[in-house]
Amino acid sequence: MSNVLIVKNARIIDPATNKDIRGSILIKNGKFVDIVEGDMAAPEGATVHDAQGRIIAPGLVDLRVFTGEPGREYRETLKSASDAAAAGGVTSALIMPDTNPVLDDAALIDFIARRARDNADINFYPAAAISKGLSGEDISEFGLLKEAGAKALTDGRKSIQNAALLKTAFTYATNFDMPVIHHVSDASLTGSGVMNAGLLATGLGLKGIPHIAESIPLDRDVQLAQATGVRYHAAQISCSNSSEIIARAKTKTDRISAGISINNLCLNENDVGDYRTFFKLAPPLRSEDERQCMVAALADGTIDVIHSAHDPQDMEGKRRPFAEAVDGAVGLETMLSAALRLVHDEQVDIITLLRAMTSNPADLIGIEAGRIQKGAPADFTEIDLNYPWVVAEEQLKSRSRNTAFEGARFSGKVTATFVSGVKIYELADA
Amino acid sequence: MSTTSPLQNAFSQKHLLAIADLNPVEITDLLDRAETMVQVSRQQRKAKHTLAGRTQINLFFENSTRTQSSFEIAGKRLGADVLNMAVSTSSVAKGETLIDTATTLNAMQPDVIVVRHSASGAVKLLSQKVGCSVINAGDGTHEHPTQALLDALTIRRHKGRLNGLTVAICGDIANSRVARSNLMLLNAMNVRTRVIAPKTMLPAGIEHIAAEVFTNMEEGLKDADVVMMLRIQHERAAGQQIPSVREFYRFYGLDERKLAFAKPDAIVMHPGPMNRGVEIDPAIADCDRSVITEQVEMGVAVRMAVLEALLANDEVQS
Repeated sequence: MSNVLIVKNARIIDPATNKDIRGSILIKNGKFVDIVEGDMAAPEGATVHDAQGRIIAPGLVDLRVFTGEPGREYRETLKSASDAAAAGGVTSALIMPDTNPVLDDAALIDFIARRARDNADINFYPAAAISKGLSGEDISEFGLLKEAGAKALTDGRKSIQNAALLKTAFTYATNFDMPVIHHVSDASLTGSGVMNAGLLATGLGLKGIPHIAESIPLDRDVQLAQATGVRYHAAQISCSNSSEIIARAKTKTDRISAGISINNLCLNENDVGDYRTFFKLAPPLRSEDERQCMVAALADGTIDVIHSAHDPQDMEGKRRPFAEAVDGAVGLETMLSAALRLVHDEQVDIITLLRAMTSNPADLIGIEAGRIQKGAPADFTEIDLNYPWVVAEEQLKSRSRNTAFEGARFSGKVTATFVSGVKIYELADA
Repeated sequence: MSTTSPLQNAFSQKHLLAIADLNPVEITDLLDRAETMVQVSRQQRKAKHTLAGRTQINLFFENSTRTQSSFEIAGKRLGADVLNMAVSTSSVAKGETLIDTATTLNAMQPDVIVVRHSASGAVKLLSQKVGCSVINAGDGTHEHPTQALLDALTIRRHKGRLNGLTVAICGDIANSRVARSNLMLLNAMNVRTRVIAPKTMLPAGIEHIAAEVFTNMEEGLKDADVVMMLRIQHERAAGQQIPSVREFYRFYGLDERKLAFAKPDAIVMHPGPMNRGVEIDPAIADCDRSVITEQVEMGVAVRMAVLEALLANDEVQS
């Protein structure tokens, strides 16, 4: 079997270096060996992949992926998540620790890393819980967790309320140079809120979640991060209150960054419509004005990372009255296509967009990924920028079908995905 | 009569409240005095009568078997009348304030009161309300001066000097009065001081107190002459300052692998009581580089020296 691969006729985009060229790529033993403009003579015995003028971009790096393994395999296994990721062009994913049991112990991190190696085609990196059992009370063993392979610390869906505990966690994280990724939500201000606070919520008779439920704890986190020097990433912000805090922090330090869920970038509160629970998300979908602010914050670099917030939930959890339904939507397979809407609408350029899904998240958790550069692992995805398709839940590879993009019409799709130079996905009719 | 003439008496203070109050000459004087006391304690008849007829009260508001016994033995070997005030049975348990207790004890005309208290600064407060000498046997997270003196004496006996040595202090620096007193003393004596701890156990501003601050044990122990471990209050620290005992031991517990980074002749110290398997490998605690039991012996000598020096000053003044 040949270990040499040539990719030709490609529009090669490497966001880390702002490169966008027509050219060819030589791959040997799973790594990029050469990237040239124009054609390249294929060595004897090399496999040739013709990109037919499509984009070849680094494999996407997704920092927020929930699976059901261990504990809720009926929702998602590492294998089914990997298949969904490959179809969405995602080649590296950070697994959230919200499993059963919680990933708060070195032995579990080791177990997940091994399971992923054995069963998944893409690279899964476990994130470890900040607090033991996600209880928000005692910090977990950051040093031992890092040694076992944890790449970041996060309490996943949970938001830590105790400022003193956060201070300890941030301080202790610097001790082992571990990035902390925190979902910010003030429990007392969120209360029993279930969607964005405003006229729509009032009309639906649903309790609202105000912007300040996010921006107040974010401000606290930013002050703690500046005081401790921790590498801090606000997992997902959703409103201009928050992007203003991040923009201000960035004038003082380069160790603070922010992410956004693809849902908050492409959907708004109107999608909730008539109590549609697939649009019940955390953070909640905000107003169209706020969504526009988030797109602008992405374009100007205030927001660094786009993630799928892939959160498989079974129908039992979703087929309930809105207020009782669980949060979350799957997203691995639709993240890129949804994000490309912003490119087609000329709100964000493609390099900025891809950077937020490749080199930025890779650099945050310190993995060698997200770039098409000599010596880097040959993880890449082929994108047909104008491929028209309609999302149909029955075609999703994820075990759970709770998509917030059912029936959505997209232009642009992943047509092939490679990990370490090996093709792990190819669109059938591309 | 004092054995030291007033002119030779470099240590001229009334109280011993903090190492921070001492200069290098006074520290050296106390260590030299203590050196002679080691000989007294090693005799069959461990008696010296310099404090005959003097009254020493040990007033311990915090439980401490070791330090209290050490002060008691020190006083008795010098011939003093030693009274241990057990606080749990005293009027303090009945709600008497610290100052009322001080006033009451003062009326009994003691010559020296040895005090341990859980509140930083409490010993100094008490010293302002009594007429006699006061020795700080540990106040909160502030100072424990006789511990630093006994540690210095132990180091000096093994290394022949203090000047120019590298001493690494490892563990919960933030909550340790032993660390504070040692840093004060060692800095004064031109020792290169290092602290090693997870950042959650380092107090604010420590970089202005210790010459070097490390969060990595291997780096911090490199070329150290002395490795001084601190006791971890793991019941209190677990989940707050540190996640667990096993993680602390993995990264900050002194074992053979980590000790190999220090100088081959580095000595290992611990103020006691030890948590074996938490901050120190039992095999290291018991190895021939460990001077932990010798520290206990030096404790008696140092306390004899301090008692004698304070009360000699007293006689000079009267």
